[in-house]
Amino acid sequence: MASDSSPVQESRPARIRAWPARIWHDAFGRVTEAEGFYRHRAPVRLTHWINALCILFLLGSGLNIFNAHPRLYWGMTGADSEQPFFSLGAVDSATGPMGITQIGPWQFNTTGVLGWSKAMGEFQPRGWPEWVTIPGFQDLADARHWHFLFAWILVFNGLAYLAYSLWSRHLQRDIWPSGADIRAIPRSILDHIKLKHPTGDAARRYNVLQKLAYLGVTLLVILMVLTGLTMSPGFNAIFPWLLDLFGGRQSARSLHFICASLIVLFVIVHLVEVVLAGPINEVRSMLNGWYRIPKDHSGEGS
Amino acid sequence: MADVKDITRRIAILGGLGGAGYLIAKADTLTLGASFSHVAKAVEDWTMTAQRGLLGDRLAREYSPSDISPVFKPNGTFNPGTDEYNAHAAQNFAGWRLRIYGLVNKELSLSLAELRRLPRRTQITRHDCVEGWSAIGMWTGVPLGLLLKAASLKTNARYAVLRCADNLTGEPSKGGEQSPGQYYESIDLRDAFHPQTLMAYALNGKPLDVAHGAPLRLRVERQLGYKQAKYVQSIEITDSFAGIAGGKGGYWEDRGYEWYAGI
Repeated sequence: MASDSSPVQESRPARIRAWPARIWHDAFGRVTEAEGFYRHRAPVRLTHWINALCILFLLGSGLNIFNAHPRLYWGMTGADSEQPFFSLGAVDSATGPMGITQIGPWQFNTTGVLGWSKAMGEFQPRGWPEWVTIPGFQDLADARHWHFLFAWILVFNGLAYLAYSLWSRHLQRDIWPSGADIRAIPRSILDHIKLKHPTGDAARRYNVLQKLAYLGVTLLVILMVLTGLTMSPGFNAIFPWLLDLFGGRQSARSLHFICASLIVLFVIVHLVEVVLAGPINEVRSMLNGWYRIPKDHSGEGS
Repeated sequence: MADVKDITRRIAILGGLGGAGYLIAKADTLTLGASFSHVAKAVEDWTMTAQRGLLGDRLAREYSPSDISPVFKPNGTFNPGTDEYNAHAAQNFAGWRLRIYGLVNKELSLSLAELRRLPRRTQITRHDCVEGWSAIGMWTGVPLGLLLKAASLKTNARYAVLRCADNLTGEPSKGGEQSPGQYYESIDLRDAFHPQTLMAYALNGKPLDVAHGAPLRLRVERQLGYKQAKYVQSIEITDSFAGIAGGKGGYWEDRGYEWYAGI
């Protein structure tokens, strides 16, 4: 193992590469000696957490902005007189106001959560409830301020991450799937279904589904930025072709929302995987870089 | 074991997590604070610098007649409803005059009939409300730059401040501060002299109706809907808008919205 040449370790400084084992505290405070490696370098960790904060604020402020006109359309235009394919609204009923979520031809009663919910202690027509929006109270102007602040941070942070990852070959080596990875997709799917997490040498690399998920979410963030810019009338005059690329201004707005939903899905799966794979070890590796290699209990492999 | 580097790193990690936690927990309170508006202003300036750097004199997209929205949603004030405005409306705005004054060498006061005789531009453009919806309409009007040239601006002129006939009492969907106030807007000369910036008197080939800003409204096509001031009575040329109303350059600007509404 000392001569291990897994790709993630290749270019580490000697001080780190020569480091074979370490005393670890496990989740229960027990001290064990196990092999580990320096999995996440500082720029990756820093940009990861800045990104997480940005995503949180962008989602919260985005939902507050959405509440100003909680309807989604397809095409160049769309307003009250057009039929939305998705909307959150409130209607009167015999039993009082109801929150209605409309998706295509279907309508769902979502009273109390979507369309009609309590904010500042009072029930009111409101797309998304106060506990998911930033700020909690309905305030389009300030939600936009939060949104654009974190949008700029996201862009610079994302560019820094991409530049570093390309320069250090982190992207090419650790994230871009190899041919062998692609061929291993069925097996990896099976491993995920069985909740089987890699041990030993395999734990030094991302599995192929993980690689595809990270690439996918990177693409989603790029799409978020582009669809967001396509909603800007100033930016439309700069790059009008973006309007055509996304099928119109309202389509771009809808795609912005759909991509945001997919990012939420990614975050949920990401967090579930962190918990399943060992939350202490995973979170620590993203805080100080060190990842303890889970012991191989099955006896296969080295 | 724990050397200085380790401790520094721990402080950095805990400090970072603590700072992020504080931001998340206090977002609502921070929103209402003065320092947040300073941050918001800095971000707005940065956005404007970035966009303007790329924009130059580029035109907003113009659409074809078949793209025109069947219904162009009116918003904000639907009818100023004052006695004076009602009297103008009853006479089909025959007595309405647009006054251009301030840092000009030649004050102008133009009737609608006079404006209609001036060179006009017709453009089919998309209107994007800050709330999120869009509509396409065909606007006809006098390029504002033409009027400003006729008024001959003084060298210290920087802004065109448009005052409107409506007292807006807010739009609940926007949330935030909704105090009533006289509607006004301001744009700088770069936008004022842009070829698509019009003082529009017709929508879709018909004289502007009351809900859409009769008899005269601004079209500044590379910005959001709230910049498109309706019911325009006068244009004051100034070197600053700090002393006007809330000092932020517009009705919605005084209520927290960006002065540069290109995004």
